[in-house]
Amino acid sequence: MTTFLQQVVNGLSLGSIYAVFAIGCTLIFGVLNIVNLAQGAFFMVGAYLGLEVALLGLPLPLALAVALVGGGLLGMASELLVFRVLRMRGGHKWMGLVASLALARLLVGLAQEIFGTAVHGYPPSSLTAMVWEVGGVRVQLLQVIVVVTAVVLMAILGFTLQKTSMGRAIRTVAFSEDVARIVGVEVGRTILATFFIAGALAGAAGVLLGLLFNVVSPFMGEHMLVKGLTVIILGGLGNIPGAVAGGFLLGLVEVFSVAYVSSAFRDAIGFGLIFLILLVKPTGLFSGFEERRA
Amino acid sequence: MHTRLTRLLVAVSACALATSALAEDVKLGVVQSTSGGSAALYGTMQKNGAELAAAEINASGKLGDIKLVPVHQDDAGDRGQTVNIFQRLINQDKVKVIFGPTLTTSAFAADPIANAAKVPVIASSNTAPGVPAIGEYIFRTSAPEAAVFPGVLAYAQKRYSPKTAAQIYGIDDVLMKAAYGVHKAALDKAGIKVVATETFQKGDVDYSAQLTKIKAANPDIIVVGGLAEETANIVRQARQLGIPQTTVFLGANAAISTKLADLAGPAAEGFLVGSGWFIDFDSPLNKAFVEAYKAKYGSSPDTFAAQAHAAVTIFADAVKRAGGVSDPAKLRTAIADTKDLDTVLGPFSFDNDREPVLAAKVLELKDGKFQLAPVK
Repeated sequence: MTTFLQQVVNGLSLGSIYAVFAIGCTLIFGVLNIVNLAQGAFFMVGAYLGLEVALLGLPLPLALAVALVGGGLLGMASELLVFRVLRMRGGHKWMGLVASLALARLLVGLAQEIFGTAVHGYPPSSLTAMVWEVGGVRVQLLQVIVVVTAVVLMAILGFTLQKTSMGRAIRTVAFSEDVARIVGVEVGRTILATFFIAGALAGAAGVLLGLLFNVVSPFMGEHMLVKGLTVIILGGLGNIPGAVAGGFLLGLVEVFSVAYVSSAFRDAIGFGLIFLILLVKPTGLFSGFEERRA
Repeated sequence: MHTRLTRLLVAVSACALATSALAEDVKLGVVQSTSGGSAALYGTMQKNGAELAAAEINASGKLGDIKLVPVHQDDAGDRGQTVNIFQRLINQDKVKVIFGPTLTTSAFAADPIANAAKVPVIASSNTAPGVPAIGEYIFRTSAPEAAVFPGVLAYAQKRYSPKTAAQIYGIDDVLMKAAYGVHKAALDKAGIKVVATETFQKGDVDYSAQLTKIKAANPDIIVVGGLAEETANIVRQARQLGIPQTTVFLGANAAISTKLADLAGPAAEGFLVGSGWFIDFDSPLNKAFVEAYKAKYGSSPDTFAAQAHAAVTIFADAVKRAGGVSDPAKLRTAIADTKDLDTVLGPFSFDNDREPVLAAKVLELKDGKFQLAPVK
């Protein structure tokens, strides 16, 4: 039983990071209908920004804030310099995909040049070393911080989308750009804001993962991108509650496939699940939002 | 006066040209990953070690007119690229030897090309079984896991008398899969029961699920088949999950890196590993190497840098004995005949299978540094 509960804790902390990253992906991929494969690179840059701040001896919340803003600005830059330009010139959607892949490679290359290829860890602190043992289950303070941060970020996003004029604008653009223009929504600015939010979430997820697993490397974004894509398929494209649930679900599935099947089959089970869901419920496990989102 | 000076200058420069024409440039292929994740850590160290050795040999004038010119190529840890690079180095650059490649996976893909072209390959980080078996021209200075691990296990048995063990290893890495086999065989032979076997994959960062299972099996020791960065995080996460410091970790040879202590911190104290080299190895040659490396690169060398340094030293010695590089068969035999050569690894010989023969040392991570494990 303790082992089971420990695995639940393991799965939830991993899943919360997947969820934060995947919400950003689903906003861009599903809501805006733009394929931006540079999200993984924003995640990596966020982890490095947070690491640099932490190495200066500054507090962790500041590291997270810098990664949020840095990731967000990168997201905006990608829209302004890549996607908007391509859209204005009537480029095909696939051109954006390839361009974003190039952007991701560029960022990874830059990170390799600046930080080197070796894996770095966040500096140890009393905060990161703290562990509680509750009935044989070990819970790290870091895990609590990561999960709470993830939940807070998701709550802020939910509030923004549902209750603010910016959120309404994003949902209108998602429904139809033409309709949005007719009702007076500034489409360009709304898309830009969405890119900021998605980039910021990727950057924040980078810091959370780097902190929790002590791993920051130029290549960390590639694996995460695959996980992000998996989650948004699980949760349904453009479905934000779906991405949250999908993130936690993937974390738990990965941990439990190791725990009760075999570590050798972890990815086979994770991706097998995707096939199954695509066959049985092609719109994702949590579909329904698609119709509601306007 | 003026013309005489000009004439003199012409004569001097002609002399200079003549000597440089006499000097023979011997190109050394250095195929080491300097990008591409974990592999880059080992590749950079080996590139540095090899280039340092070549510069030292050139400066010493040991080889007379022969000048060693290292040509480095980065394969990014991707065996497809390694194959292309080998072909380019052999056919276009006409290298006389190749040092590398970084990963065993790459070695199995690319070494046959060099072997067919009769270009000797001296690896300094491939430790999986079977690498020199690829062909007559393939050598290595890196002690294979099978040569060092039984010694480490014997040491652990003497000091901790373990009855049970857990194993965790990288399933998608040829080297680590092979290390797993070596570890398993040694554990079985020692009569230590393996109570849990777990795997991970390249790029994994979260090992908590596997370690929770291992914790539940309550082994006396844990044997890790992983690279330094992976091993560091496995050890660190194990301690966070409450696997006590008294459960000693034994690692693969590939885990020896300063990065292990950097990333794992105090969690890795007591970590045991076997090696052909260590930084405080007490020999004048090694001390000079460590100093020179620090002066040139601003960081301490690791085992891989030392093994790469030894590889170039061995090659240079063979070139001298073979009287040049014009005859590949003669050069190969000279390398194979290396016997008790003084290197930074200590006296070095090749056995009949072109495997290194040297005294393995059991190291323990203590106060954040690998040290000779205390004899009890």
